[in-house]
Amino acid sequence: MELTTFWFVIIAVLWIGYFVLEGFDFGVGVLLKTVAKSQAERRAVLTTLGPLWDGNEVWLLVAGGATFAAFPEWYATLFSGFYLPLFLILMALIVRGVAMEYRSKYGDEKWRGRWDNAIVISSFVPALLWGVAFANIVRGVPLEVQNNVIEYTGGFFNLLNPYGLLGGLVTLSVFMTHGAIFLALKTDGAIRERARVIATKIGLFAAVVTVAFLAITVTAYNDKLEVYGLAAIVAVAWLAALSANLRGREGYAFLYSSIALTFAVITLFSALYPNVMPSSLLETASLNINNASSTPYTLKVMTYVAVVLTPIVLLYQGWTYWVFRKRISAAQIPSPESGVLDFSKLPK
Amino acid sequence: MSSLDLARWQFAITTVYHFIFVPITIGMGFLVAGLQTAWYRTGNTKYLKATKFFGKLFLINFAMGVVTGIVQEFQFGMNWSSYSRFVGDIFGAPLAMEGLLAFFLESTFLGMWIFGWDRLPKKIHLASIWAAAMGTVFSAYFILAANAWMQHPVGYTVNEARGRAELNDIFAVLFQNTAVSAFAHTISFAFFTAGSFLVGVSAWLLVKNREKAMATSTLKLGLVTVMITFVMIAVTGDWTARIMTEQQPMKMAAAEALYETTEGAPFSLLTIGTLDQSRPVFQIDIPGVLSFMSTGDVNGVVEGINDLQAQYEKQYGPGDYTPNIPLAYWGFRLMIGFGALATLFALITLWRLRKNELPKGRWFLPAMISMPFLPILANSFGWIFTETARQPWAVFGLFKTEDGVSPTVGAASVAFTMIVFTLLYGVLAVIEFKLMIRAIQIGPEVIDTSELHEEVELGGDSTKKLTMAY
Ligand code: HDD
Ligand code: HEM
Ligand code: HEM
Repeated sequence: MELTTFWFVIIAVLWIGYFVLEGFDFGVGVLLKTVAKSQAERRAVLTTLGPLWDGNEVWLLVAGGATFAAFPEWYATLFSGFYLPLFLILMALIVRGVAMEYRSKYGDEKWRGRWDNAIVISSFVPALLWGVAFANIVRGVPLEVQNNVIEYTGGFFNLLNPYGLLGGLVTLSVFMTHGAIFLALKTDGAIRERARVIATKIGLFAAVVTVAFLAITVTAYNDKLEVYGLAAIVAVAWLAALSANLRGREGYAFLYSSIALTFAVITLFSALYPNVMPSSLLETASLNINNASSTPYTLKVMTYVAVVLTPIVLLYQGWTYWVFRKRISAAQIPSPESGVLDFSKLPK
Repeated sequence: MSSLDLARWQFAITTVYHFIFVPITIGMGFLVAGLQTAWYRTGNTKYLKATKFFGKLFLINFAMGVVTGIVQEFQFGMNWSSYSRFVGDIFGAPLAMEGLLAFFLESTFLGMWIFGWDRLPKKIHLASIWAAAMGTVFSAYFILAANAWMQHPVGYTVNEARGRAELNDIFAVLFQNTAVSAFAHTISFAFFTAGSFLVGVSAWLLVKNREKAMATSTLKLGLVTVMITFVMIAVTGDWTARIMTEQQPMKMAAAEALYETTEGAPFSLLTIGTLDQSRPVFQIDIPGVLSFMSTGDVNGVVEGINDLQAQYEKQYGPGDYTPNIPLAYWGFRLMIGFGALATLFALITLWRLRKNELPKGRWFLPAMISMPFLPILANSFGWIFTETARQPWAVFGLFKTEDGVSPTVGAASVAFTMIVFTLLYGVLAVIEFKLMIRAIQIGPEVIDTSELHEEVELGGDSTKKLTMAY
């Protein structure tokens, strides 16, 4: 395999990691107030994410860094082009990180209520916008050659086309379902029951929009036969996830929804290949794995680094999932609350 | 303002803000790990108390470090796309390595540590904070190597056809002396910052007559850290200065506002005047020190701004190669000055402590409250000096800052994002600060000794209440 293709695959793998892992983080965040009714329940729900969410987010940071290193033109064009959506995502990620860490530092209901709202909104925004962004990349955006470099010339509203918005609905509903399935797997009691019901409901909606989205993708924005097959795997895996969830087989449901997400990313990247950002204006203004890539030397260096480090990262990150594998129920939430700042205890 | 000015302001604001939290994270990670190790070894609960108390403060800080870092990762692409295109082949590599090697380690093992008190055997739990602390150091190394390449580009060739710099020696980029010395200076002042933080908090508790056993230990730990690391800062700073003089003589001349090339140049402690070649109103000079700092010889020759400007014009074509002189001059002095002031406070306190008492003067409490802030100021001025005195270059001698902005992003967009970032950062600063103050005022939790001696099995016991929940 050419190194440029290899790095295209690596970038896809990083996005798979990100969507599978932070996907359920976002889903749980959006559903926080829907699945959890009491304070103890909310704390139980957030604690399922506690040890994991920051590690999950690093998949995005590494995807960004790896794109910078392997495809600098892609990094530069994409992030300066999708300026405002990316800005909104960054704002959401900032607020979300702080909300997760600070909400339970202090026991006041009002304080917690505000951070809960913040978590719902800041999970919703990126869950929607990542879909809009990826749909637009696959669809092709206005890229032109200016001063010898390929630049995005589309503006913000250009991204809000029907196909892009449909893509947003897909990631939003799929992440919500994925999050609900994760909760059903990781909690016990009333939350678990509610999460399963929600997973079925939103999961069916997600199935409809996803099938519509994939049908448009494979027919309108793709010229490869195998992509039809990949899209079919997504649909089958998704139905398997929903059916496992109905039967109460939560482990399998999570496995299948993760497979569906994995193949969804593979479908999109396969439809793109060998382009990384097709131009909707001119074939020659498309960014592809050759005109966007770094030198063979840099790719070789990065290949050594990735081949050595990625398995190690997967091992220890996998191990944390194993350490924290037990279900959490609202009954286990400590009370009186340890680890919380009790301002009434301020010494005079 | 043009989008160039705005992008520069945005970069400066978001990066300086990020760097308020960074040194505390690096230094405190290790100090907390050390405290927990002391508990593990001795079983003395005062160390456990200190671990949990300073651990909580550390986490409040860490959260801000993480979320402000996320912006940094994408800012190069958003506001500096031409820069990213030009340097990506080289500059992207350390950034990607940082993520893969450092951020995963940091975030995963810190998550294990926070939630692992009742899920991991004690030994593994202790190992997890050490792993997270190592992650912060790796992170610092790679990002500083990237920055060092901007100060002194090596290991590259310029490909005119593709209009970019291309990597040809990764080891030169990762291990050049500019990177190694910046790393040494950075780790030293990170520990210095964390030590000062420990001193301030512990002294405050002692003045309020609380937690005597714990606070005395942590005060001493902090004071010793400050004293040792100040020496390390000075040594590494001197080394950095020598490398800098060789690689970026203009920066050293700017730091001294030295216009004419001088033999046996003095170092001025402070100047009242405009620093624009006119005679200063008032100045305190220490003879020979600048020459010594830059060349290792009190009679060494230090090049002046005027000569360097003329030389650069010949080399790089017409233009202004002089950075903002007052900013460089004062940035350099304030960096050293705020650090020295914190060290002075620490020294007096340590001196009194040999008889086991605290200094009595009215100055003491305000001084101790200022302790955590002095290094933060010194760090900010250090970076402001390092980065602004490199201007007009983004990559010294190779690529100008003004050529780096994103051509497709208009001034209005940059202004909008800058204002919103700044407002959000302001709000978060208030929240963080309040939480930190409250956490200090409430003080350490009472430790429940009944559960301390139980061995925890891997994965924990799901019939029990959790010790940590969001
Ligand atoms: C000398 C050290 C240093 C410097 C100069 C920088 N950082 Fe930083 N950064 C850290 C040291 C650090 C750290 C100690 O590793 C942090 C601070 C707090 C934390 O949580 O990790 C961190 C966090 C952090 C994160 C979040 C990681 C996570 O989610 O765990 C990102 C994405 C960045 N940084 C990126 C950057 C970029 C792109 C920088 C350059 C402009 C930068 N940092 C300057
Ligand atoms: C975290 C510590 C850092 C601080 C506090 C800091 C501070 C600053 C400041 C104040 C400027 C503005 C200079 C000016 O415009 O006059 C600047 C510029 C710049 N710095 Fe840094 N910097 C830091 C680390 C880094 C690192 C690690 C990198 C790269 C890896 C970097 C890359 C840049 C770039 C590209 C510019 C040019 C843009 C500009 O002029 O604003 N900086 N930095
Ligand atoms: C004791 C005397 C000191 C000397 C001689 C010294 C020297 C230097 C020099 C020459 C630089 C510029 C490096 C470059 O641009 O390549 C620098 C940067 C810096 N210094 Fe210092 N310094 C001293 C004390 C301190 C103190 C006390 C602090 C903070 C507590 C500090 C924090 C910084 C920071 C944050 C930077 C920017 C980061 C870097 O370039 O490594 N310095 N110092």
